[in-house]
Amino acid sequence: MKSRAFQIQPQDNVATLLNDALAGVVEILGASPQEIQALERIELGHKIALRDIAVNEPILKFGVRIGHATQRIPCGAWIHLHNLASDLDERSGSLDPHSGVPTDTNSAYV
Amino acid sequence: MSDLLNASWSGYLRPDGRKGIRNLVLIIYTVECAQHVAHAIAAGEEDVHVIGFPGCYDNAYAIRLMLALARHPNVGAVLSVGLGCEYTQPEKLADTVRASGRPAEWFFIQQAGGTKSSVAKGKETVARLREQIRRETPRVAMTLADLTIGCECGGSDGTSGLAGNPAVGAFFDLLVDAGGRAVFEETVEMIGLREVMLSRAASPDARLQLAAAYDKAENYCRTVRQWSVSPGNFAGGLTTIEEKSLGAFAKSGTRPIQGVIRVAEAPRGPGLWVLDSVPDEHFMQFGYTNPNDTEGLMDLISAGAQIILFVTGRGSVIGSPVAPLLKVTGNSATFRALVEDMDFDAGRVLSGELTLPQAGRELGELIVRTAQGEPSKPEALGHREYFIMYKHQNTPGLQAGCRA
Repeated sequence: MKSRAFQIQPQDNVATLLNDALAGVVEILGASPQEIQALERIELGHKIALRDIAVNEPILKFGVRIGHATQRIPCGAWIHLHNLASDLDERSGSLDPHSGVPTDTNSAYV
Repeated sequence: MSDLLNASWSGYLRPDGRKGIRNLVLIIYTVECAQHVAHAIAAGEEDVHVIGFPGCYDNAYAIRLMLALARHPNVGAVLSVGLGCEYTQPEKLADTVRASGRPAEWFFIQQAGGTKSSVAKGKETVARLREQIRRETPRVAMTLADLTIGCECGGSDGTSGLAGNPAVGAFFDLLVDAGGRAVFEETVEMIGLREVMLSRAASPDARLQLAAAYDKAENYCRTVRQWSVSPGNFAGGLTTIEEKSLGAFAKSGTRPIQGVIRVAEAPRGPGLWVLDSVPDEHFMQFGYTNPNDTEGLMDLISAGAQIILFVTGRGSVIGSPVAPLLKVTGNSATFRALVEDMDFDAGRVLSGELTLPQAGRELGELIVRTAQGEPSKPEALGHREYFIMYKHQNTPGLQAGCRA
């Protein structure tokens, strides 16, 4: 089955995966239908970059700013905790990108 | 569609004019020390539910919340059980409930002769109360316009904002158009959406209420440095609180917001309402807002919701006392994995099986069947989780004291 993702608003620079995707073609449904090459494996519910995004550029989903890029993000990359941070939540950069588990309290597990 | 709007069923008329879809006896314990006895009384008793407050020192917010649940449209009678030393008074609870036109009784375990004697006394009381409300409660016709439906989400993932919450939003639009009341909460999950929220206000007054609730929530999160987003949300593809907020807000549908209610308050009229459950600033500091999903569900029931909806992408197995809970997911894989517990698969919107308006109507049909008496999955499984805690909202002057 071809991988699919959904772009909610035309100004969004991310789309949300509707199934687990491997690197390769992803069909973008929704606001601006197109095909994008995923650069890596991206899971259901996670986000794919729809274009190249510069450091500190806003990430837009639902047409609204959901945070900013913490590094340059190429088109087709997985966007998550390793390259997108909240504008408000100062803890959001310290979480494991795969499990979401916090790493800044590791020293308490003794 | 017209079937849904014309659906009618027989409910229970309460003295305040509100209509219930269940006719329950509610047991309330007033301190943790009475918890075992309360649950032993309810054990094996169909339509007897339990709530209670664990603290010995009382709290005005918790008392108001328990009274809102005791005078809920789905509750016909109340038994309150105390140990005998605590601040919260079971006699005052029973008196206040009786003033609402419901039968209510109470006792102290220390005066009833211990565990076994208290359980026996409680079971005999519950049997009598049940008999009385079965005999005396007037039946009344109900439609969608008589329903208050509450919704919150928990264990959200990337599908919650695309399918689970939008499906509830589509149903909320139908409910509001039918003259019903829709309540959604979690202002700490509207962070980043100040302008989006204010643009939905039905009136200048509603706009002021929404602005105040939003600003309190953002100030709360900044002050306690805790944002309402968890490892399960991250693993499900949500990266920031702003992103989670947008998905959560989708449950509100598209109709204007009439205003803000607080815990233990019913909506002041038909339409769509925001429930503010965030603690007020207080000399004991904020405390916690919604420490778990169950605490938030209690707040929605306290608004008089006869049925509540819980949207979860990752999956959950909780239920609730007083008002049946329906669990909705936007993730079809979660639905299949937890099919014993999940009531509605909105993930079919993502696979293209169903349009969003169709999902809203189908959810409405499930809600009507539940109102007609069909048990929800958590209800049939016997899930009756509750959580009532210390919190400060609208603190009376005496409690605020000279430090206020």
